[in-house]
Amino acid sequence: MIFTLAFRNLFHDRIRLAVTLVGILFSIVLVAVQLGLYLGASRMITANIDHADADLWVMPFGAKSFEDGGLLMGSRERHQALATPGVEQVTPIVVRFSEWRKPAGGSTRVVVVGSDAEEGAVKPLSLKNGTWEDIKAPDAIAVDETYLKDLGVDKIGDTAQIGPGRVKIGALTSGVRSFTQSPYVYTPLSRARALVGAEGSDLATFHLVKVFADQDVEQVRANLLSRLEGAEVLTKQEFRDRSLRQWLFRTGAGVALIGGALLGILVGTVIVAQTLYSSTKDHINEFATLRALGSSSGYIHKVILTQAGLSAVIGYVLGMVLALLIVVASQSTPLPIVMTPQLAAGLFTVTVLMCAISAVSAIVKVTKIDPATVFSR
Amino acid sequence: MTRKKQAATAARKQSPEPVLSATSIVKELGRGAGTVMALKGVDLQLIPGELTLLMGPSGSGKTTLLSILGCIMTPTSGELTVAGTKTAGLSPDELAILRRDHIGFIFQSYNLFPTLSALENVRIALDVRGQKGYEAARRCEEVLREVGLGHRLRNYPGNLSGGEQQRVAVARAIVSSPSIVLADEPTAALDGENGNAVMELLARIAHEQDRSVLAVTHDPRTLPYADRVVRIEDGLIVGEERRPEGLDAPEITDLTKRRKAHA
Repeated sequence: MIFTLAFRNLFHDRIRLAVTLVGILFSIVLVAVQLGLYLGASRMITANIDHADADLWVMPFGAKSFEDGGLLMGSRERHQALATPGVEQVTPIVVRFSEWRKPAGGSTRVVVVGSDAEEGAVKPLSLKNGTWEDIKAPDAIAVDETYLKDLGVDKIGDTAQIGPGRVKIGALTSGVRSFTQSPYVYTPLSRARALVGAEGSDLATFHLVKVFADQDVEQVRANLLSRLEGAEVLTKQEFRDRSLRQWLFRTGAGVALIGGALLGILVGTVIVAQTLYSSTKDHINEFATLRALGSSSGYIHKVILTQAGLSAVIGYVLGMVLALLIVVASQSTPLPIVMTPQLAAGLFTVTVLMCAISAVSAIVKVTKIDPATVFSR
Repeated sequence: MTRKKQAATAARKQSPEPVLSATSIVKELGRGAGTVMALKGVDLQLIPGELTLLMGPSGSGKTTLLSILGCIMTPTSGELTVAGTKTAGLSPDELAILRRDHIGFIFQSYNLFPTLSALENVRIALDVRGQKGYEAARRCEEVLREVGLGHRLRNYPGNLSGGEQQRVAVARAIVSSPSIVLADEPTAALDGENGNAVMELLARIAHEQDRSVLAVTHDPRTLPYADRVVRIEDGLIVGEERRPEGLDAPEITDLTKRRKAHA
């Protein structure tokens, strides 16, 4: 009967139900979009780190993120690393912001990522058209299809200029977005060095260290740190965290996204609280009758909480449908929204909690019912 | 007098133990200078198998007394015992349990849940007592049939007449077999025919099911159904009359004499 009463109370006033559901729906959509953007941004920031075949990253002190590695390191660090017990392989990569000159004039910033994929370094993600062999061709690079228009090119084979060098689109990636909105340009290591003004050198932004399978990564890191001066050694997770901190929190972008999500929760809570309170007020005589009939206060609280729970489930389903439509629509934009099962489950928990908290004011109201009011109607 | 009524009267004589006993009940309403003494020392006992009418003018304290007897309001002073339990010092939840276990309520405005069917309105009275499932549903149907609403089980209050709604309320009040049924102006919102039907039902509940029924009323049409009439004025019981054996109604005229004597 608790469910029946809650359900009927809820659906008795369709307009109020609609207002409640719209409140929850927009709250869910807002939170889903904000957190989806946060997740999307996080993935963009860490995608290259996640795809690199490395246990440890050696970088100059002060390197802030994958894109902002600071000063280039020479080969000394590489050789020292190679001589460290437990190290199986050390692969240099170059990552640098550079200037892309469009064929029709004008320029934009790009992030040149130079590595030799055969050595298990950073590979271009999700190659859609072309292969790594195509990128190894003279002047060839790979860029993401999303940025073709921004780069002033149309298709494979088109040419442009990065810094002092001419480049030709040799392959296209798909879905490789850049949080900085400066597209990644993948190319072999030696060409990357040339494009960032270090032609013929053995300079690198990072050294990717692979540890023998039977070795303890932490121990190898300690060995590396004792040998390398002026360099840091981070695990993959540490470097991910540092990059996320740099782009999401030092720039304030992540704070804005999380703040937006919190605002969504707050707005949703207020709307649901308001409608639940007014619904409870409208049904107060029925609750007083229940009390007069001898129901426990817990029974009445359960009715209100069930109402809140029903609102949460219906609002969540509607909100998620809309949120998923937005997620799908965002996939072709430079800032795609990500929805994961974990985020969906988290949103459901947030919705239920939001509605439960919203029910507090109604419960307080009901707790103060004087059952004697049943005689004054 | 019918055979059943005679049997019930005989039973009362053998076992006159009151199921509800109120002694020196005082109730002050409001605070400070605005305090009103609604009840000024009321004594009242309810005996099983008896339909008692509590009559009096507006503002005489009828509903306040009913609220106190129903453990909905607590007295300022005095002692109330319901089914052997003294109510003094009980918490609101303990009082709710006492109501749930021993008292059924019938309200002037029926107080039915508009979103629930007749059957569901009765079922909720068992649900708050933790009685669910098929047996509870069957019991509710049975009681609704007893009050003549077997054909209206699925109807919502909005589709029932006032008399039918009050009968649903009666069914809700008795479905848990309480020893006491308290009714607040049960006929006030009903026409003569429906009012009589409801009073007949209350009398049957008292006599055939051996319950104590107390109805607050100022409706003289209810008098023929009463076993006892208690008159209250200005917060005091000023008269009480029982139906003499063999008569269909209490001799109300005596009350007037008592009232004058009290004055």
